[in-house]
Amino acid sequence: MSDVATDLTYEQLSEQYQDVLREIGNIGAGNATSALSNMLGLKIDMAVPRVRLLEFPEIGSALGAEDEIVVGIYLEVEGGIEGSMMFVFKMASAHFLANRLMGRPDDCVEEFSDMDLSALKEIGNIIGASYLSALATMTNMVISPSVPYLAIDMAASILSVPAIQFGHFEDQALFVDTEMGDEVTLEGFFILLADPAAYTKILKQLGILG
Amino acid sequence: MAVVKVGMADLNVCKHPDSITTLGLGSCVGIALYDPVSKVGGLAHVMLPDSTQMRNNQNVAKFADTGIDALINKMVKAGANKSKLVAKIAGGAKMFEASGLSGIGNIGERNAEMAAIKLKSLGIPLKAKDVGLNYGRTVELDTATGDFLIKSVGKPVKKI
Repeated sequence: MSDVATDLTYEQLSEQYQDVLREIGNIGAGNATSALSNMLGLKIDMAVPRVRLLEFPEIGSALGAEDEIVVGIYLEVEGGIEGSMMFVFKMASAHFLANRLMGRPDDCVEEFSDMDLSALKEIGNIIGASYLSALATMTNMVISPSVPYLAIDMAASILSVPAIQFGHFEDQALFVDTEMGDEVTLEGFFILLADPAAYTKILKQLGILG
Repeated sequence: MAVVKVGMADLNVCKHPDSITTLGLGSCVGIALYDPVSKVGGLAHVMLPDSTQMRNNQNVAKFADTGIDALINKMVKAGANKSKLVAKIAGGAKMFEASGLSGIGNIGERNAEMAAIKLKSLGIPLKAKDVGLNYGRTVELDTATGDFLIKSVGKPVKKI
């Protein structure tokens, strides 16, 4: 299917791909924070994204406790590369975002209404588009996201979805953590999934691979 | 008594009075095997159905087919009698209503199906299952009774 095995070892590929992901993370998070700042009318800063290569047994607890309830937003990606991306927010961050968008006090923690869920999906759209436009600009490819899908459940359950996608090819998964904050810290992270054929394609487009 | 924890793509065994658990099964499937005589219990947290479909299949605990084989071996070493084993499975949810463009759509369902097929081929009775739907499950196998406890967000604890 791909020529990964003959070009580079997984380890080498994965190192270069991690650099690319970090860069996409940087630009994407930058785009996303300015979009969110405008939308929410507050100042949001971001920290330098951290890229982690995790073994499967570590994935469930990558964000906190395995059974901590989190909000996962999942988008499929098609065009120049095929894959998917996911953002996971801690509940406190998700409540904060929903409250801001719906004009409620910041400390409101009532159960999400359908309107709240739509608002959170819209945030997923904005963040997704921010990351994808970073990737598209860097690689000169056309990449489009699907509509966002949302689930609120235990972290390990939500993270099983990207883990399984990585599991088709590898025994590890690449996560990019991005912490955004200033007036408020949004704890979340993003995962870009692509099969090895797409890694090679991205690296080729960037001129890293011949 | 201790509670043995099993992670994703992992498996382990324990003996009465200990119990064994895995937290937050999503599309993965938790396969619990139990020998009611020796009271040895085992749990595998598998991610994918079929090792023969994968090029990278060294990690046996990742797959339903090889995971069950490995779990049985480990249980027999811990004192279980293979012919006494019974099984219960849980998990295999579809966490997101995605269209399945990237092949993730029905993976949970396929994981659960493959586990059932593999158990049948080994002659291990599948006593109960709680699979599918769209929510995560934390499971715990009680080695005193063979009960499989299932906890989900906002739902009462279920015993199968």
